[in-house]
Amino acid sequence: MATIIKSYEPTFWDKLYIPALVKGLMVTLKHFFRKKVTIQYPDEYHIPPEGYRGLHRLNKFPEGGIKCVACEMCSAACPADCIHITPGPSPSAEGKERYPVQFDIDLLRCIFCGFCEMACPEEAIELTEIYDFSDYTREDLIIDKDGLLEVFELTKDQKYYSRKNYTQESKA
Amino acid sequence: MDFLSFIIICVKVLLVFAGTLLAVLIMVYAERRVSAFMQGRLGPNRVGPQGLLQPIADGIKFLMKEDIIPDGVNKPIYLLAPVIMLIPALMTFAVIPFGSTITLFDREIILQIADVNIGILYILALTSIGVYGIVLAGWASNSKYTLIGGLRSSAQLISYELALGLSVVSIILMSGSLRLNDIVADQQGYLLSWYVFKQPLAFLIFLIATYAETNRLPFDLTEAEQELVGGYHTEYSSMKFAMFFMSEYANMITAAALTVTLFFGGWDVPLLDEKSLGMWGVILSVLSFILKMGFFLFLFIWVRWTLPRFRYDQLMKLGWKVLLPLSLINIFITAGYLTLTALK
Repeated sequence: MATIIKSYEPTFWDKLYIPALVKGLMVTLKHFFRKKVTIQYPDEYHIPPEGYRGLHRLNKFPEGGIKCVACEMCSAACPADCIHITPGPSPSAEGKERYPVQFDIDLLRCIFCGFCEMACPEEAIELTEIYDFSDYTREDLIIDKDGLLEVFELTKDQKYYSRKNYTQESKA
Repeated sequence: MDFLSFIIICVKVLLVFAGTLLAVLIMVYAERRVSAFMQGRLGPNRVGPQGLLQPIADGIKFLMKEDIIPDGVNKPIYLLAPVIMLIPALMTFAVIPFGSTITLFDREIILQIADVNIGILYILALTSIGVYGIVLAGWASNSKYTLIGGLRSSAQLISYELALGLSVVSIILMSGSLRLNDIVADQQGYLLSWYVFKQPLAFLIFLIATYAETNRLPFDLTEAEQELVGGYHTEYSSMKFAMFFMSEYANMITAAALTVTLFFGGWDVPLLDEKSLGMWGVILSVLSFILKMGFFLFLFIWVRWTLPRFRYDQLMKLGWKVLLPLSLINIFITAGYLTLTALK
């Protein structure tokens, strides 16, 4: 079936270009008064959506014991090979027999794919919403067990950045 | 000329000079801030309240930067070019009346540096000298980008200066004088006596031509970053670059002031007799002038973020095939109308 395509014939007004020009100016003027999208970073923080894959943490039980059993599933799953675990017998009598003596993550190698948290059978390792953890040396960017547990304390209420925004506001 | 009038002129020169430089600073700030707002950003807001001291910080940066003179430049011309551009840019404001007359020390003081009887010619002549700065900078830098930028600007100015001058001719026909004060006086009274309403076509041509004259988008082919790096000022750095920068903004300010003077009644406040109000009338007239000028300066930035750059052949086509015939027709109609009404 043949379709007839009507070509658009510009009218006299179209050829003047002035109405189109005014229309364009109105568009930019509308944008002038629009809400600005800028987040003024050190003063206010972007709150990442749920499921954001940022800095890692090691979860703890409510009673305080570490969830990790040092099975090394995460380091096996890690495509960047950045998790290094030294297992050892658990010192506490909380039921777990193994626990990590050492748990280092090389953040410079990590690609934040989240495979480690998927591989973990104990839901011990998890990626958090923290995105600003830059540092000055390569050594400082290897996070150890204590560091990972500290991240857990900071992020367990899932409100790391909204809390920061709130303190910034109360300061101002 | 006695001593007092000498002092008065000195004060007026200082006031206008300081005012223009201040306007340049505000414009540099406004350019970045308004641009940002139109793109949904915030722009500079850290230096001083609302970032108002940003242009001062920029100025200090320009002064502290290394002044590079590349090898192979034609040194005397290379050094002279920014000056040739800056001085006419700052001089043009001298003939523009920016307020009604004050009576001080028993004399009438016109708020204008020089009441030249060929004011419009003076402005057109000086803006044309400014182009030499661009062309010479482009040639003396000994680089292909600057040369192309300089040549483009000279071609562009020739094609648009004609339309600009001819659109002004129709205003001169209406007012019967080249003196800017007479043109302003002719537009006094009610709102419709402004020349925009009597000469809308001339206004449109004039406005488009000023954008080409000041090398602003959509006609900024002389600097066209994407194709010419920086255009005619590619090889300039430090304060010499700042001089080009300043003269561009000074040109914009003069262009806006001239648009206001020729088409929007200058310092005229519609439906108000400024002279009968004494001091308040003067303040109101200066304020109305600044306000109108501010709108046209805003329009420069506004248009910049609305219209894309013209292709070079489109620019030439618009100048020679559209604006020039239109302005000639406009002069023809204006002259015909004036003769017919004079015959009655």
